[in-house]
Amino acid sequence: MKNNSQLDFIVDKTTKTVSITMEFAADRALVWDAFTKPEILDQWYAPKPYTSKTKVMDFKVGGRRFYAMVSPDGQEGWILQKYTSITPKTNFKMFNVFADKDENPQPPGSDWDLNFTEQNGRTKVNISIYNESLARLERMIEMGFKEGYAMQVKNLEELLATLSQK
Amino acid sequence: MRRDIYQAIADPTRRAIITLIALQAMTPNAIADNFNTTRQAVSKHLRILTECELVKQEQQGREIYYSLEFEKMKEIEKWTNQLRKIWESRFDQLNQVLSTMKKQRK
Repeated sequence: MKNNSQLDFIVDKTTKTVSITMEFAADRALVWDAFTKPEILDQWYAPKPYTSKTKVMDFKVGGRRFYAMVSPDGQEGWILQKYTSITPKTNFKMFNVFADKDENPQPPGSDWDLNFTEQNGRTKVNISIYNESLARLERMIEMGFKEGYAMQVKNLEELLATLSQK
Repeated sequence: MRRDIYQAIADPTRRAIITLIALQAMTPNAIADNFNTTRQAVSKHLRILTECELVKQEQQGREIYYSLEFEKMKEIEKWTNQLRKIWESRFDQLNQVLSTMKKQRK
């Protein structure tokens, strides 16, 4: 997988926290928009081959985003995010929880803390995800991300094998 | 019966059992002493952990001791890499989106 930039990814099991840091070659206003506007979020939020489909998004404290991760065969995994704190272009916090298609949350969830800092026209994003339970993380695997990736890698391997034979 | 390893660690009691026997091999009774639950419940958890091949049993005299399969636990580490890949994929896409947005703004 192509990865030009430096992704800092730390799982701390003792504090039940996943910390993700990434720097982007764009100013803070742009990166902030990419994280807070549904039409932009849907363009990048789902790891391939999944797609992201935002049904509702109201970016304000007390507001929510209700979206689905749609698998290649059309299966929808719904996720509800409730915004608990917003400091424009600097920080926002949300509670993230799996849900059914009718927006009923299926706890446990996780608390997300997203920080945006800009330096020399580049923007660093730090995402800290606190999980009240490891079970939530495992749900991600159950939802098929694992299979999705395995499939993707397998497809690529097959493609490469076919190409090398020619 | 082969079970999913994530099913094994999805339960808090099973995670606690894993933590306990990571330190030393223990009998089912000794394990059960650490929990406010029935011996049967602990046996059920141990059976699931055994089916996932996360724990192994060893007969010592009349007692059966359970201990952790450390190699198997490493599979869980793979999960971490899986999640990392998800974010890598996301951010690759975000980089493309950002570069398109920059062009549009000009």
